[in-house]
Order: sequence, then C-alpha cells, then structure tokens
Amino acid sequence: MDIEANRRRVTAPGYHPPEELPTISGDRGLDHEEKLIFEIGRDGVTGVDLPQTQIAATRLGGQKRKGAIGLPGLSEPEVIRHYVRLSRKNYAIDAGLYPLGSCTMKHNPRLNEKMARLPGFGDLHPLAPRSTTQGALELISELMGWLTTLTGMPAVAMSPKAGAHGELCGLLAIRAAIAARGENRPRILVPESAHGTNPATAAFAGFTVDEVPAKPNGRVDAEALKAKLGPDVAAIMLTNPNTCGLFEGEVIEIAKAVHEAGAYFYCDGANFNAIAGRVRPGDLGIDAMHINLHKTFSTPHGGGGPGAGPVVLSAALAPFAPLPLLVAEGDGFKLVEDRDELPAGAQPFGRMSAFHGQMGMFVRALSYMLSHGRDGVRQASEDAVLSANYILASLKDVMSAPFGDGPCMHEALFDDSFLDGTGVTTLDFAKAMIDEGYHPMTMYFPLVVHGAMLIEPTESESRESLDRFIHVLREMALEAKAGKTARFDGAPRLAPRRRLDETAAARKPVLRWKRPELPQAAE
Amino acid sequence: MRYLPLSSDDRSAMLKKIGAPGIDALFADVPQAAVVPLSVFNLPDTQGELEVDRALSKLAARNVAAGAGPFFCGAGAYKHHVPSAVDHLIQRSEFLTSYTPYQPEIAQGTLQYLFEFQTQVALLTGMEVANASLYDGSTATAEAVMMAQRLTRRGKAILSGGLHPHYAETVETVAGLQGVIARAPVTPGSAEDLIALIDDETACVVVQSPDVFGLIRNLRPIAEAAHAKGALLIAVVTEIVSLGLLESPGAQGADIVAAEGQSIGNGLNFGGPYVGLFATREKFLRQMPGRLTGETADIEGRRGYVLTLSTREQHIRREKATSNICTNSGLCTLAFTIHLSLLGEEGFTRLARLNHAKASALADRLCAIAGVELVTPTFFNEFTLKLPKPAAPLVDALANKGVIAGVPASRLLPHDKSAANLLIVAATETCTDDDIAAFAGALKEVL
Repeated sequence: MDIEANRRRVTAPGYHPPEELPTISGDRGLDHEEKLIFEIGRDGVTGVDLPQTQIAATRLGGQKRKGAIGLPGLSEPEVIRHYVRLSRKNYAIDAGLYPLGSCTMKHNPRLNEKMARLPGFGDLHPLAPRSTTQGALELISELMGWLTTLTGMPAVAMSPKAGAHGELCGLLAIRAAIAARGENRPRILVPESAHGTNPATAAFAGFTVDEVPAKPNGRVDAEALKAKLGPDVAAIMLTNPNTCGLFEGEVIEIAKAVHEAGAYFYCDGANFNAIAGRVRPGDLGIDAMHINLHKTFSTPHGGGGPGAGPVVLSAALAPFAPLPLLVAEGDGFKLVEDRDELPAGAQPFGRMSAFHGQMGMFVRALSYMLSHGRDGVRQASEDAVLSANYILASLKDVMSAPFGDGPCMHEALFDDSFLDGTGVTTLDFAKAMIDEGYHPMTMYFPLVVHGAMLIEPTESESRESLDRFIHVLREMALEAKAGKTARFDGAPRLAPRRRLDETAAARKPVLRWKRPELPQAAE
Repeated sequence: MRYLPLSSDDRSAMLKKIGAPGIDALFADVPQAAVVPLSVFNLPDTQGELEVDRALSKLAARNVAAGAGPFFCGAGAYKHHVPSAVDHLIQRSEFLTSYTPYQPEIAQGTLQYLFEFQTQVALLTGMEVANASLYDGSTATAEAVMMAQRLTRRGKAILSGGLHPHYAETVETVAGLQGVIARAPVTPGSAEDLIALIDDETACVVVQSPDVFGLIRNLRPIAEAAHAKGALLIAVVTEIVSLGLLESPGAQGADIVAAEGQSIGNGLNFGGPYVGLFATREKFLRQMPGRLTGETADIEGRRGYVLTLSTREQHIRREKATSNICTNSGLCTLAFTIHLSLLGEEGFTRLARLNHAKASALADRLCAIAGVELVTPTFFNEFTLKLPKPAAPLVDALANKGVIAGVPASRLLPHDKSAANLLIVAATETCTDDDIAAFAGALKEVL
C-alpha cells in the first residue's frame, strides 16, 4: 500500500507538531481564517466601476428608497481573496472520493460547463421571440429523446427544477388523472425506507401518507403493500433501486397490483444511475419517475443546487403534463404556454414554475449523454455497481453489512453492529474519515437499519482510489474493534473546524450578520 | 470512455475479488424480463469532446443571444452585466463540485457564503431573516402563499393582477390545493383595488412591485388593510436591482418577500437555473421553507456555521415538513453573493440608478414616435407601451431587423384582448445609446 510512503516521518530532534504552537495570525499555513464580508467591507469602496447617474424622481411614484441598505464595500481583489479562501474550506469531488450514498457524487466534466456557457444557451432570454430560440428548443427536444429512450417511457415533463419538484409534478399529474376519472383517492403509500422528500411531497400535494414496512431482506414488503391497496389509494412512491442500494425484485408484480387497484406507480428516480442503459423503468410498469440530472447525468451539485428533475410519464399520465409543452411545428419547435393552443388530448394540470425548466442543466446533461453515448451510459452504470460491490466485498468481513449476502446495486449499506461495545458511534466513525482525507458516507439513512452508513463510490473512482479507501476503512474498523478509539474521540481534529454545536445553533438561531452595537458610553 | 477510470483488467480483478463470474451476476436481482440489450436504445455511441462541442455549438449558434444586438426583454428575467470574477469563482472545484453542506467541518466555505447570502437578502428586502434560497421567484411565491396559509390557518390568497401571470399560474397549481386563489383583474398601468377584496377568510395578499408591466406599487396601504383583517402581505420582486432605488418591501410592511435573484450574478439561461429569494419576519421563522444556515461555534470555541432549524425540513420531518424542497439554488446563490459583494452599497445603488436612467431615456425616445404611448406612469427599468398595432407581430418584425424589442403582453396574457397592443420593454445598464437609437429607428419603420 502506497499509504506508508506518504506517512509523515518525525525524525528531526526537537520537532513539534504545529498544533502545539499557536500561530500569531490565527491562520495555519494554507488554512486561513476568514471574516464575513460585512466585517471586511467599508463605505466608499466598490468592486464594480459604474458611473454616477442623475435621475429625476418623478417616475418612481414616491417610492424612492430613503435609507442606506447596509451593504459592505469591497474591491475586486478583496472579494476574490475572500471567496478563494472560503472555497478552501470545502471538500469537493474534484479533490477526493465523495462516497455520499444516495447523492451520487460523480465526476463533473468541464466540457459540460463550457457548453452551458455558450452565449446561445447561457445568454438566451426565456421569452425571446420564438424564431431566435430554435436551437435551444431543439436541444430540449433532443434531451427529451434521450430521457424517454433510456427510460422506455412515452413522455417527459421538463420544467421541474429538482428531484422533489419532480416528485410534486408526478403526484400532481396523478391527482389530475384521478380527478379526470371522477374519483377521489386521498392516500399515498410510501415505504419506510423512502427519502424524506417522498412523504413531504405527498403531504405537499394534499395527500395523506401511509407507510409500508420493509422486509428483513431490505426490500419493501410487497404483501403488506398489496394489503394496503384499495379504492382510496392514489399511488405508491417507490425508489428503485431502493435506498438500501438493493433492486426491488418484485417490482413488476407490485406494479401489476397497483394498477389493478386503480392506483399509479411513482418511482423515485434518484438511483437511476445504477440501471441506466440496462433496465428501462417503462418495462417495470412505472407511471412517473423523476430523473435527477444532477445525479445520474452529472450536472454539478454546486454546494446544494441547482438541480433539475424532469419527470418521465406513462401513456396514462402523459396527457396531464404541465405547461409549457414543447411541440414540433413545421420544421421547428414551439412552446405551448396556453390552454388554447394545446395539442389533441393534452389536459395539463397547471404550471410548475415561471419558465420552462433548468436549461443550464439540460445543456450539461445532454453534453454528458452525448459524450458517454448509450454504451458509455451503460458502462457507467455497470462500473458504479461494480465499484459498490467491490467495497461491499472488501469490507463486509470487518464492518457489518445487513444485506451483504447478495450483491448490491450502486451503493453499499453497512450498519453499526460492528461497532457494538466499542463506544464508537456511526457519527464518530464518519467524522474520523474526515481526518483521513475523506468526506463521510451518508449516515443514519436509510432509517430501516441501525446506525446506517451508505457508501456510493460512483463510477468515477480508479481501482487504486477504491483500494486506498477500503484500506483506510478496514484499518479504522479494526482499530475500533480492538478498543483503539482515540482517533474517533471528538473527531475530526484536522478539518478547518472541529465538531460544531448544532444544538446551540438551533436553540438561539443567529441567521444573519448584524452590525455590532456600539458600546454604551459610561454614565 | 474518458470519464471512466476502470480498465477491463481492473474490472476483471474486481469481479474476481467479489466472487462474481461477470457483471451480469451483480444485476441478478433484476427480473430477466426487464433486462434489455444495448441495441434497444436508438441512441448514438460515445463521442469525443471535439465532436460533442461541435454538435452543441451548432445548436447554440441557431439562437440569438441577448448580447448579440439591441435587446429589451424582461418580464421576470433580466440581462445584466456579470463581472468576470463571478464566473471564475463559482467554477472553483470546491464550490462547484461539493454537496449540500451536511458535514459542516469540511463545508465551512459553502456555509459561510450562505450566511452572507442570507444577510444580503435580509438587508435588500428589509426583512429580518432570509433562507438559503428556493428554486426561483415563481416557486418562492407559491411557497410564500402556502406559508401564509399555514400561519393564518386560512385558505384564500388574493393575487394582484400585476403579478407575473406565470407566477400566478404557479401559485394556483401548487397552493391552490390548500385554498382558493383569487386573481384580481389585470389593470395595466394602474393599481387595482386590492383592499376591497380582503375579507376574514383571506390568508394573504400577493403584490408584485414593480409589477409585470413595470408599474411601481405602493404596498403600505395594502399591508395595513391586510393586517387589519389578520391577513399577511406577500411582496414579490422579479427585478431585485430595483431595491437599489426603491423602498424595500419590509419598510412598507410586507410579511414575506418572495423574489427572483437572477439579475444579480446569474445569466438568462433560457429560464433557469435562477435563484429564489425568500425573506420574512423572525416571528414566522419556524414556518419558513428551505434551508437555513446559522452561526455557532466548534468544540474549540471557534466561530463556524451549520445548517440549522432542520426540524422544519423533509429529511427530518418527512410528511410534517414545511416544504418538500431539498436541492435548492446553491451555486446560483454564490453567484448572487459574489456579485453583490463586488457591487457593495455604492455599486448597487449606482447600478439601480443607471438602470432607471436608461429605461427613462428609452421610454422618452420611443414615446416620441407617433402612436406610441407610455402605459406605466411609474417604472424602474421596465415599462409598458401601447402601440397602434398588435405587439406580437411587431416584435417578430423587429427581430428580423435585429432588434429584440421586448415581450408582447399577449404572450403572458393570451386571453386578454386589451393586452394585444401592449409591449413590455426593459432596459438595463447593458443598453447603449446606439441600442436605443436602433430600437426607435426600427420601430418607426415597422409601424
């Protein structure tokens, strides 16, 4: 293992680790402390040169701002230094393996960034005359073709802005389809292993949520699910592969039962990256599924967004897709924004947002797809699954894998039973990974196993990278089990911050900077 | 494939370690009926960077970029100059390729800029607290209405006729499930009587200022009337630069502000991604949707930031969450924060004045043309003209002359016959004297 070669060797007499000697500046080498912009800025400085303009106030309707806003002034070099220093306090996929299960932190190709910034896409107004946007509409059409082909579904709604927004779109289409049948079905079935967005979306869309238990093998209890079906059930929301990283093998029978009960099958497509190019959701009996372009198709996560969540729809739900609709017209395309122009059969349930979706993400996703091609998409899915199984096979003897008897899909789930009696928790174990140079895996999710650790390596890691990661986790597990728990105690020690007091943050929330009050003059 | 690091030797060795005879064994749980060969996908195979660049550049070249000539579209998305530093900084790997900051020890960069963003949004809107963003202005407006419905335990929302029609449709679609959405009549160039519509069932009144036609609204009397009936005032701002010149919604009594932040730091992107700004009063904090970043300290007492009050959110509260939102506008908030940091008080105020001056000059020039009338007596950087002919064909004719003249009101209000001759025109700091002359000259020719 090459790790030994990189380990720091202390040979010089009198050497002291830097931690023992506080610096004068408070900074530590490349790790700079950084104040808030409000504490750096001051009046009379700006980073953008603009002319001072005389204006008449006559057209402002008496609404002219009277006081100052309170924004700090900074020059361009100060702003650049500030945000560069902040950036260095972040972990990133470009800097290391990012094994967040369910989140799919895969490589983000820079070609995609370049393409999204082409003026014809990045500098295009959503309401510009239609004759000036034909290339953009064709790009959306081409992406729609990829999404419907890869999923084997007849239609796709492009406007949802992220996964949860796509869930809402799917459920509103289901609500509209049920209303069109003259029925009222208030209940949605959601497995207990579901992402939090699933029950939240169901409630948001006005449904009640009924939980379906998991079986001991990590799959949804199909019999319990069937028993809950009835004339008041609108839909099930199932993630497949599920949040334990397992394929729901009974999915086709479940879909059949759901349809026989007059309900619809919503699939959370967060894990489509395990099966893209090998399995078509349309063949599984799915009626609606969102596709997180920021997961499967690699648009960058950007520290929490933006994403994009197009929703593929079955023939039964396709008529209810929201406005705007993209339709071919002559040798070009047009966006139907209004009910008077609808194509035959369309009964849109409404509108998800002001414009037509996350175009910037569409360009990146299509760039990813064209680069991979169908063969590359399939290979990426296979490599993601292979890498997760490699981790599972390499660690299940020292960590505990509750469903480790069979293969997993794109993520490997461990629980905390291997830490029983050690005093080390899942949280400690995950935080100690930070000191080893890794971002922790997803922890305490899914809720169906105790102290869950969900590892998703994606297809972007080399074998050497996987071996190194496995080596570190093995050694950590062995140390914990051997009672050598020092490295877990209060970890991380080497990050820009140690553990932060989240309880205090919530008890007395400080959610913005405020100008410090001037000290009161002594009386 | 250049993005996949595993060689076929690696794959074989890994399968051997797993004890699987081949990759198919790892997909054994998938029903055989559902496994398809590659040939069923009628799609192209892997392509090199050069080929993809060529194909997409060809599509991009078929569009007319806003920067390609005189350009005057607004109506919820605005063309502004974004300083070069912004795009450079947001493309830093540590920002671009990180996840939601759930591990605060190694995400202080993201958390601190979100804290700065929340402060900037609160300052601009004149509110006490702001969240870490929603998807865009329209979805933020829908969330605001739902929040008002929860806070007041009432269902009815009154939408001003000056609210962007696409925002109104978004509100109807999403918040209409929880109660009646009443849309006030559309009155281009004047304020409708919203106060008369407020009753004891009203959860909120939603007013956009400047409205979709550009008219500046006075929120104060509406806030007072709403509060007298136990309802909330939701102020919507689609052009955030206006707050550099106009009184903030908070100062006028708004309870929730939902705004589009695209104008600062973010490109037009044909409609997305944009950045939804959401601010409110501290007393309503626990009903707020979306992520919040809060200040705290680590175990060594050093200041740091964490995601907080997450018991409102879906990953903790599930079906009892205040919203289903998870992914938000992350990197777009960073672009907003950097651009606004560069502007500062002086730059932002100057930018706003410059926008108003350009729009005023354009309005004066166009209204000097016979038959062209200014519909909106007040405006910030966008106004509505009444033309002697239907606006939509004129916009197409002007586009053929290289002038993107604005948004015909009929595109937003296709059923409103009185809107047929109305043209919504925006002018920002990017507009030059030559652009104004070109617009005026071309308009004279097509009229």
